[in-house]
Amino acid sequence: MSKKDLRLKIDELSSALGTFKGLEIEVGRIFEEDWEEPLGPTPFPNVGTLRSWDRKLLNRYKPFYMPFCDLCCLCTFGKCDLTGDKRGACGITMAAQQSRMFLIACCIGASTHAAHARHMLDHLIEEYGRYAPLDVALNTNVEAPHVRLVCGIRPKTLRDLEDALEYVETQLVQLMAAAHTGQEGDNIDFESKAFHGGMLDHVALEVADIAQIATLGMPKGVPDVPTTQLGFGSVDPTKAVIMVIGHNVLPSVDIIDYLMEHDLFGEVEIGGLCCTAHDNSRYNKRAKIIGPISWQLRFIRSGIPDLIVVDEQCLRTDVLIEAKGIGIPVIATSEKSCLGLVDRTDDEPDRIVDDLVEGRIPGVLIINPRKVGEVAVKTVMKVAPRRAEFKTLTRKEISKLAEKCRNCLECVRACPNNLPIMDAVQAAAQGDFEPLAALYPLCVGCGRCESACPLGFPLITFINKGAEDRIMGEKYPIRVGRGPIQDVEIRAVGRAIVFGEIPGIVALVGCANYPAGGADVAKIAEEFLKRRFIVVTSGCSAMDIAMTRDEEGLNLYEKYSGVFDAGGLVNVGSCVANSHITGAAIKIANIFAKRPLRANYEEIADYIYNRVGAVGVAWGAMSQKAASIAAGCWRLGIPVVVGPHGAKYRRNLLGRKDKEEDWMVYDARTGDEVYVGPVPEHLFYAAETVEEAMVMIAKLSMRPNDTSKGRAVKLNHYIDLYQRHYGDMPDDLHLFVRREVDIPFTMKDEIMEVLKKAGWVEDKIAMPDPTITERLVRRRT
Amino acid sequence: MAAQTIPGQTAEIAGPKKAFLIQKPEVAAAMMKRAKRVLLVVGSNAVNIRTKDGDLVDTAMRLSGLTNITVAATGHLVGEFKRRDVDDVHTMSLMNLGDRLRDSGWEGFDGNGPYDLALFVGFSYYMEWLVLSGLKSFAQDLRTISLERVYQPNASWAFGNMTQDEWEEVIEKMITILEGK
Repeated sequence: MSKKDLRLKIDELSSALGTFKGLEIEVGRIFEEDWEEPLGPTPFPNVGTLRSWDRKLLNRYKPFYMPFCDLCCLCTFGKCDLTGDKRGACGITMAAQQSRMFLIACCIGASTHAAHARHMLDHLIEEYGRYAPLDVALNTNVEAPHVRLVCGIRPKTLRDLEDALEYVETQLVQLMAAAHTGQEGDNIDFESKAFHGGMLDHVALEVADIAQIATLGMPKGVPDVPTTQLGFGSVDPTKAVIMVIGHNVLPSVDIIDYLMEHDLFGEVEIGGLCCTAHDNSRYNKRAKIIGPISWQLRFIRSGIPDLIVVDEQCLRTDVLIEAKGIGIPVIATSEKSCLGLVDRTDDEPDRIVDDLVEGRIPGVLIINPRKVGEVAVKTVMKVAPRRAEFKTLTRKEISKLAEKCRNCLECVRACPNNLPIMDAVQAAAQGDFEPLAALYPLCVGCGRCESACPLGFPLITFINKGAEDRIMGEKYPIRVGRGPIQDVEIRAVGRAIVFGEIPGIVALVGCANYPAGGADVAKIAEEFLKRRFIVVTSGCSAMDIAMTRDEEGLNLYEKYSGVFDAGGLVNVGSCVANSHITGAAIKIANIFAKRPLRANYEEIADYIYNRVGAVGVAWGAMSQKAASIAAGCWRLGIPVVVGPHGAKYRRNLLGRKDKEEDWMVYDARTGDEVYVGPVPEHLFYAAETVEEAMVMIAKLSMRPNDTSKGRAVKLNHYIDLYQRHYGDMPDDLHLFVRREVDIPFTMKDEIMEVLKKAGWVEDKIAMPDPTITERLVRRRT
Repeated sequence: MAAQTIPGQTAEIAGPKKAFLIQKPEVAAAMMKRAKRVLLVVGSNAVNIRTKDGDLVDTAMRLSGLTNITVAATGHLVGEFKRRDVDDVHTMSLMNLGDRLRDSGWEGFDGNGPYDLALFVGFSYYMEWLVLSGLKSFAQDLRTISLERVYQPNASWAFGNMTQDEWEEVIEKMITILEGK
């Protein structure tokens, strides 16, 4: 079903009707004929097309539901109590309701990325034309692995991406419809639909990112990309400061362009939070990354920004109130987030600037990115001189306020991490600001404590003040997002990954809702970099990795290269660049193993699941987008570990290593069904501690296809981490050692003793050519 | 009473089915005595929670000496037990343990059959809240007790909100009864 427009362009046509110049005619769409790869079995899959594949996975990894709410309140029959074996008025069960809510979360996440991609694509087509070529990565033929795999089309221009995106949009409507009252009723079918939403999400991510790479001059998969600065200290406060927040780079691009065209970078700083910051730095390395999304309140309250420009996703919806608090205006730039502001898109820029500078309006909505560029720069230059008038609370003032604390504990009860805020406030009342400073690296910046405080204390400001000596100068280098992984890199490492000699790929992605601060992400990254895993990262996690230094003052970006190879630390970029991480796994199956890619989802996923030791880690997963990104990983057979807050996604997908019958695969050479042990043991897993997560990451990197050498390497890491953190040998080694040669040489005696106690028998666990898809068996016995 | 049953985190409202309040340590001790097979699940925060024994790990060690109680440490907490030379403590992640407990066919760590009572203590509030929620709906033959200092509404039974000193007294009293002293 690969399809393309028939396009006829005529420079000049003379006819009886007259003379036409520059005539273009488009007639429907035709199949692409020049792609020699045969069309696979599942082009543009519908909601049910890959259901049987999903059920294979979900039969092995059954959901353990943890209802976040015992009620359903989606229709007027309700609220319905679904506790235990009760059913709602529509007949729905608790299990189905939990998976239904997860499906809705996935649809929100995937729709958000798809809407982002749509805005990006439409705008770029307007700017660069529909036939702008998709040149997205050096040394690369497979420019869009997700689009090729899912849709069965080979995109060459922006126009081709429209086909993929239209498909995503159509399918998302189908998925949302399934969540209506009285539609789907089976929890596993809801889960399958969530997987479908995840798959669509990665197509949308890919569309958004390759469109911007191809047209905006972002790095094309280059390992040695430029570095930029991250942190409060990266912004020069002597200049006018524009703070951009969100995920869609387009308005910021025009701000940067305006600064460049008018040679104003010497007078104006542009610093970003969250993925817009990543993409700004991919566009122009003079743009600064202030920090992750959780720093919105922190940075605004610092009084440094002179103007806030918001685009879309993960914004604080009270940004207008916050901006008012420091006396600066806001420019909203997306119809998805209008914030109640008047649409001034069609007004004269200077009139808008005048209204903003004079404070006649708190902010404006401007949908045209080019106009945003002009208005933002002109406004910030006029507002900045007023910054001196803004004063943050002094320590003395905070101490005085803190004396009034009622000891009600509401701040602690409101805090997602139960941080000892009240104790810190009481210490501040005594003039001791250290406890407040100690909260700074642990605080997720949500501000719930402030909402809960009956006295309305600005507790985020208190914490900022406690840590101000440290934070105002903090500055860390970070490699800008490099975008895709090149085909040549895949060729270089494919064999070592598939045979397990590179122990795995660890993808540290996602938001900043950490249980105990972002330093844990850097800790995980360093652990696996030292162990010669390939560590890939994006979004807020990529930022938090930058913020830990060793004794010599170096951070991980300074210590490890950006090459996609063992011991490489690869920052792909923003959320939408996550598609390149899963895209790399797809390309291993296609480029290294030469499995057909085109519309061949099940076979490629089966390959990745059984052979590619990739593990996703979203330690601070917060959003619905994170849910859909994870679901896209699951359908590809990639397990995902989340932090404790990730348990709030309502269920884990857990394997049962004690049930041998769950771990049977086909040997593709013979068709025999054989036992391969619980690898990978789980598909979605919330860890309680970072130490538990690290052990689990090492364990989840094992795959049935590992060679003995590869399995020995992986076991070595698993055992070493387990011994370090659990103080003993793992009690399940007999499930992972297939033959004596799998045993890490240096631990052989110790492990043999453990295996003997467990009644281990050599060769009980098979080493087949593994597949869980019967049709992929090449020869039947 | 109402103050004792407000959730430990503001928005973690549960219901309609909510934990019965354990008013006295004698009640908890009696339920544990009556149960055939008790599993004490200790979370990784245990090292940070003070008790009259020292910390919650020390208290769990004391409880593990009682005949019908099996102790399971979650997260990487078992390492702490090992450091204190305790070997008869099992380890399993909280998610896996929740998943096993909802399976009526799981025969327990010793293979002698399912547990009829599971006690939880030493967790971040929301994680315990969620796992207890899972067990409330999907392990209806299992009774759960939260021994935390703050009310956990998704358990079958829970202590109400207390001060640290009150809680230490309650736990001490409960164990003393169990020890038959």
